[in-house]
Formats: sequence, structure tokens, C-alpha cells
Amino acid sequence: MQKLISFTSVVALGLTCVISVASAAERITVVSFGGAYTNAQKKGSHEPFMKKTGVEILSEDYNGGLGKLRAQVESGKVTWDVVDLETSDVIRACDEGLIDPINVGDLEPGTDGSAAAQDFMPTALKKCGVGAIVWSTVFAYDKSKIKTAPHSIADFFNLQAYPGKRGMKRTPKVNLEMALMADGVKADDVYKVLSTPAGQDRAFKKLDQIKNQLVWWKSGAQAPQLLADGEVVMTTAYNGRIYNAVKNESKPFVIVWDGQVMDIDYWAIPTGAPNKDKAKAFLIFATAPEQLARQSKYISYGPPRKTAAAMVDVSMKNDIPTAPVNLSNALAANAEFWADYEDELNERFTAWLAN
Amino acid sequence: MNEIAVQSEDLTSVLPSAKVFEGKALKAQLARSTRREKTKAFLLVLPLLVFIGSMFVFPLADMMLRSVNNGPVAELMPDLAAQLFDWDQSTLPDEPAFAALAKDIQIAHKNRTLGKIATRLNFELSGIRSLLTKSARRLTRVEAVEGTWKETLIHVDKRWGDIETWGAIKRVLPGTTAAFYLSALDLAYDAKGNITHKPADRSIYVDNFVKTFAISLGVTISCFILGFPVAYLLSTLPTAKANLLMICVLLPFWTSLLVRTTSWIALLQTHGIVNDLLVWLGVLDEGNRLDMMYNMFGTVVAMTHILLPFMILPLFSVMKSIDASFMRAATSLGASPFTAFVRVYLPQTKPGIAAGSLLVFILAIGYYITPALVGGRTGQMISNFIAYHMQQSLNWGLAAALAGILLVIVLMLYWLFNRIIGIDKLKLG
Repeated sequence: MQKLISFTSVVALGLTCVISVASAAERITVVSFGGAYTNAQKKGSHEPFMKKTGVEILSEDYNGGLGKLRAQVESGKVTWDVVDLETSDVIRACDEGLIDPINVGDLEPGTDGSAAAQDFMPTALKKCGVGAIVWSTVFAYDKSKIKTAPHSIADFFNLQAYPGKRGMKRTPKVNLEMALMADGVKADDVYKVLSTPAGQDRAFKKLDQIKNQLVWWKSGAQAPQLLADGEVVMTTAYNGRIYNAVKNESKPFVIVWDGQVMDIDYWAIPTGAPNKDKAKAFLIFATAPEQLARQSKYISYGPPRKTAAAMVDVSMKNDIPTAPVNLSNALAANAEFWADYEDELNERFTAWLAN
Repeated sequence: MNEIAVQSEDLTSVLPSAKVFEGKALKAQLARSTRREKTKAFLLVLPLLVFIGSMFVFPLADMMLRSVNNGPVAELMPDLAAQLFDWDQSTLPDEPAFAALAKDIQIAHKNRTLGKIATRLNFELSGIRSLLTKSARRLTRVEAVEGTWKETLIHVDKRWGDIETWGAIKRVLPGTTAAFYLSALDLAYDAKGNITHKPADRSIYVDNFVKTFAISLGVTISCFILGFPVAYLLSTLPTAKANLLMICVLLPFWTSLLVRTTSWIALLQTHGIVNDLLVWLGVLDEGNRLDMMYNMFGTVVAMTHILLPFMILPLFSVMKSIDASFMRAATSLGASPFTAFVRVYLPQTKPGIAAGSLLVFILAIGYYITPALVGGRTGQMISNFIAYHMQQSLNWGLAAALAGILLVIVLMLYWLFNRIIGIDKLKLG
């Protein structure tokens, strides 16, 4: 019996070694947000990369936030090779040393030969992350339920003209910006106003106007669901989710681009990633213009670099946040502002919600 | 006679030592064998001990330590820490402190540790993060300055001239801190280092602890009211029927928590089944649909449903063991059925009530997923804040402090329970 046990454990140990060696050799773990978004990334980057290099990509989903990443890095057992991060997280993770700095010179040049540093939008290149998509929080309504169509972000806050419940994400981010824009603050001035106590009061006061008609959502999939269930007449949502509901589920939803808040998602490599070289190769491949353009064929998020934006499919041209027709009153989210004020404003927002 | 006496003396002088000898041998043997048994027993539970130690005790202790750990600033800014050691916080620090600050910022910027410092400091005072990064950018290549470092830094950003900024830095320098616990109780240090209340529009945790407590109590009471009759019915029905009913009780218990929670959303939301039915029956107008989901009501309903089996099972097991003849005896002695129930039956179910209530309450007080999904604006519990600080804000110190307070509350309840009911009387099924 004893022998049998020791024999099997030796065999098992040997097997795991073989397996882990095999997997270390040709597999990387790429972590992203799942759903239609990850599908677009798979079609845009994962599959061509696997075909080109023979490296297998294990795609894993997560819900954002840095909790898991920090736990991995601090315990020294990092299993992620590449991770998709939101702007605020990319900044914070870089601050905390959870992700590695990236050399801009290593990135693929634009299709016109211009260096990556010139080709990317300035905000898309962070010290430790490279922009992958431009996405946006917009508001959308169900045209079968609203008689006169809303046109501006002010209409979202106008209960007299457009009665009915509204959906918003349960976080101060984006909501405060939209409230200020609806209150007449120009997009360029939003963060200047929001840095002052008076400006914060003003934003919360604007939100007060619709407070008792608000329904709060947490995950991106909830917003179109609230709209589809008739729980709300209009809701803020990620533009890709609404696009998906219209295109693939034939919902009568309409996006209002006025007052949109644009943000960027980044690819980054965790500190201590098990297959650093392959991870880097993937990151460079995935942020090349061809891949970014191909990816935007499958989801309405725009590429954050000029030469890739020029190659976006005609069918998608007007559905991405950076399309000129959608930019008339658009705000680029300021991650630095939120890195400074998130804790304080979140406390205030929570207290505001509870009262 | 004498000889005999001598002999017997000899004997007695010999015998005890023999006894002692034998006794010793026996004792040693016994000790050996019990030691062997003990070792065996210990080895048998060793895997469990290792598991509990590494998966429960160690992480718990580690998290609790984080709640008082002041972070790495003193280590990463050694010069500044030395300069501020006996600064009295009444006036702005002197030139050497400013020079040390500039030097430490430059070094931290080069070593990529500035972010860690900035993150920790920003928990104390919003905006310090960008103040540090901005200063670091401006100071990158400055070796020496024309005027003083004090003038230079205040010129870079006038916030370096605020005592508040320096007070925040001073607070993060000692090795341990109470700041996270204060923050978890809606208190904070002011610029001078005194403890003050946070402004009302930023105070959230005390109210939420009270709310968490109230929701848990509400859930426990609803579970008791709903569970007691069911358990009674189960214990009195004939076995075949009782088994069938038992499966009905257990079936939801075996269903995924998420499925049950989302079913409640489908049932109770504004355009859900219950509201539709009420409107169809004419009880409600189309415009006056009830808000039963995404608020405290929805949280209590969904949690009650999920935790109900934890009340029914201990109650049932206790009731099953109560002899029916007690009640008959009571009535035959002249008690009305009500008196018999209250004075004879109910006291005997006490261990079951206690076990069920304790179980439901302690499970409810740490509930997370259900309030996150159906809590909406008013139904959020303290665990949701802990999760937020673990995953989003990365303020693990505050998360640990909140969890620590929750742990103390639960331990206190347990102690109270033990004093009033006695933990040995607990019957869990």
C-alpha cells in the first residue's frame, strides 16, 4: 500500500511537471472582461496571433478591479500574462508596481510608417499600458416607448419633458461629469469645475433632480436589460452593449451621443508574469493597427490610434465613439482626476445614495 | 517474634520499592501507549490543522495586521521621516524638511516607489497623489535650487504651504496607525492630529453597520416566523409526508444562490410577475406599481428565502425529539392548548430556536452577493463596502478594519449567546 501511494505520487508529480513545462512553453493567459468584447478581441487578435506564432492563448474573464491582480503579485504566484485594464486601474496598478512599464519604442509603427508615439492618441499610451479600445458611456432610450426623441444630455435630466425612470451606473464616475454637462458646463471645463467643492455640490444638486427616478446598475449587461424589461425609459450604458442589443437582438434602442464620456481600455503585463516574452509579443501584436481595426469590426469600440481608425470598416464608421459625428459634445474621462478624488467622491456618493 | 518483625520489616522495606518499580513501569508503559495514541490522533488531524492554519488563521491574522499597518511611506522616505520626527504640527516645517522632501521625492521617482507613497497618502488627503506626481515631474532634474527648497516647492504647488498636507504626511510615518479603524467609524484626524468626525456628507460606515445589523435582525425574525410553523408541521406529519415536505424545504437549498436571487428579481421588479399580476387583477394602477426590488425590502425578502432552511432544519431536529405525550399530559392536567403550547412545548424548542437564529443571523450579517444584486440604493450591507475596498479602491487597510469590526461584533454576539443560552445547549440538527 505504502509503495503504491509513493509510486502514484511520484507519477503524479512527474506528470504535473511535464504538464506545467509543456504549458509554460506555448501557452499564455490573457485576461479580459468577457462577453461580446472578449469575442471581438479573440477574432481581432487572439486567433491571428495563435496562427502566426503557434502560442496557445488561454482566455480568462474577470470583472475589472485590481483586487485579484494585487493578490497574485503580492503572493508571488502570478498566473496572468496579459490583462485588459481600465484607465484608473492602469494608473493605480502602475503606481503600485503591479504591472510592468512598457517601452513605446517597441510598439508597431502606424501603417503610414509613423512611430507609435505619434500614431496613438496621447492618452492611450500610459507608462505601463497600451490603449486597445476607445469606449464610451452614453445614454440610450427605447424609441418604442418615448414619443419625442431626446437629443441632449440635458434631456436625460429633464423629468418634465421626459417622465419615467432612468438607469445609471452605481458609481460617482461619469455620472457627476454628465450632471455637470447637463447643467450647462462645457466639456472642456468639466474637470476644472469638479475639482472645486462648489462644483461637486453643483453636480450632486443636478443628480438630486432625478434621484427618486433613478435605478442603479452595476455590470455592463444590466443596462440594456433594464431598458428591455421596461424598468427604465432611458439609461446610461456602454455604447458597445447598446450596439449589440440593436444589431444582434433587434431592440429598438437609440444612442444619444451628446454628453458621451469616452474612456480607454489598456493591455498591460503583470509584474512577474510567467511568460513575459510571449506576453510582450502578444501585446505588441494586439496593439498593431491591423489587429485594432479588425477588432472594431466585431464591436463598436474604436481603435485609439490614427492609422487604425482610418481602416475601420464602413459599416461601423459612425457607431464608434471617436467618429466625428459623435464628437460634437464629448468628454474624455480624466483618469488623473479620479485617481485623486475617487475615495472622497465615492464616500460622498454613497452617503448621498443612502439619504 | 523479633525475627518475624525484622523479616516483615525487611519485607515491607522491600515490597514498596517493588511496587514503586512496577508502578513506574506501568505508568511509563501507559504514558508510552497514550503518547502513541496521541501522536496518531494528532497526525490524523494534522492535515486539517495545516489546512485551517494556512487557509484561515494565517490569512485572517495577516488581514487584521493590515488594518493597523501604516504602510511603507516611512521606509520609502527615510530623510523626510527623520526630519518630521519631532515636528509639532503647529507651524509649517523648516527648510531641512522641505529639502528632505524634495530629495526623497526624487529618489522615489527614480525607484518607481512614488506611486506606493502617493496611494497611501491619498487615503489621508484627497489630491496628494497628483501633488506628488506633479512635484516629481518638476523636480526630475533639479539638483540644487537658487532660493530655498521651501520657496521652490511652494512655487511648484501652493499646497506644499498648507499645514494640512504636512499633517497628512506626518500621520503616515509611524509603523502602526488607528486611521483605518477611525475611518471605518466615520472619524478622522485633523491637521493637528486630533480625532474629529468626518463631515456628514461623507459619513457612511456607522449608519451602514446599523443597517447591516437591522437587516440581519429582520431576516432572522422573518425566518423564525416563517420557519417555525413549517418545522412544527414537518415534525408532526407521518414520515412519508414529512419526507416529501422536507424535500420541498431542501430543494431551494440545493439550488444555486445566484439562480434564487435572480428569480426574485424576475418576480418582484417593477414589470415583474407580482406587479403584473396585481395590475391585471386591478389591485394596482399601471402608474402605481410597487417598488419591491433594488431596495432594502428586496434584500430582506431574497435573504429570508435563501436562509430559511438554516432556521427550519435545527428547529425540526429539536421538535422531532419532543415527546407528544408532554402536550397530552399538560392538557389532561387542565391547561388550554395555548397554555400547553406556550408553557410546555415552546420552552423545549429553545435550543432549536437559538441555534437557528444564531446561524441565520451570523450568516446574514456577512451577506454579500444578494445585497449586491438586489440591494440597489438602500439595501447595501457592510460586506459590499469591504468588497469595494478590496477590489476597487485597493484600500485593504480600510477593508481589514471594517472586517475587523464585523468580526468583533460577531464574537460579541457569540459571547452574549453563550452567556444567555449556553453554547453547549446548541442543537444544529
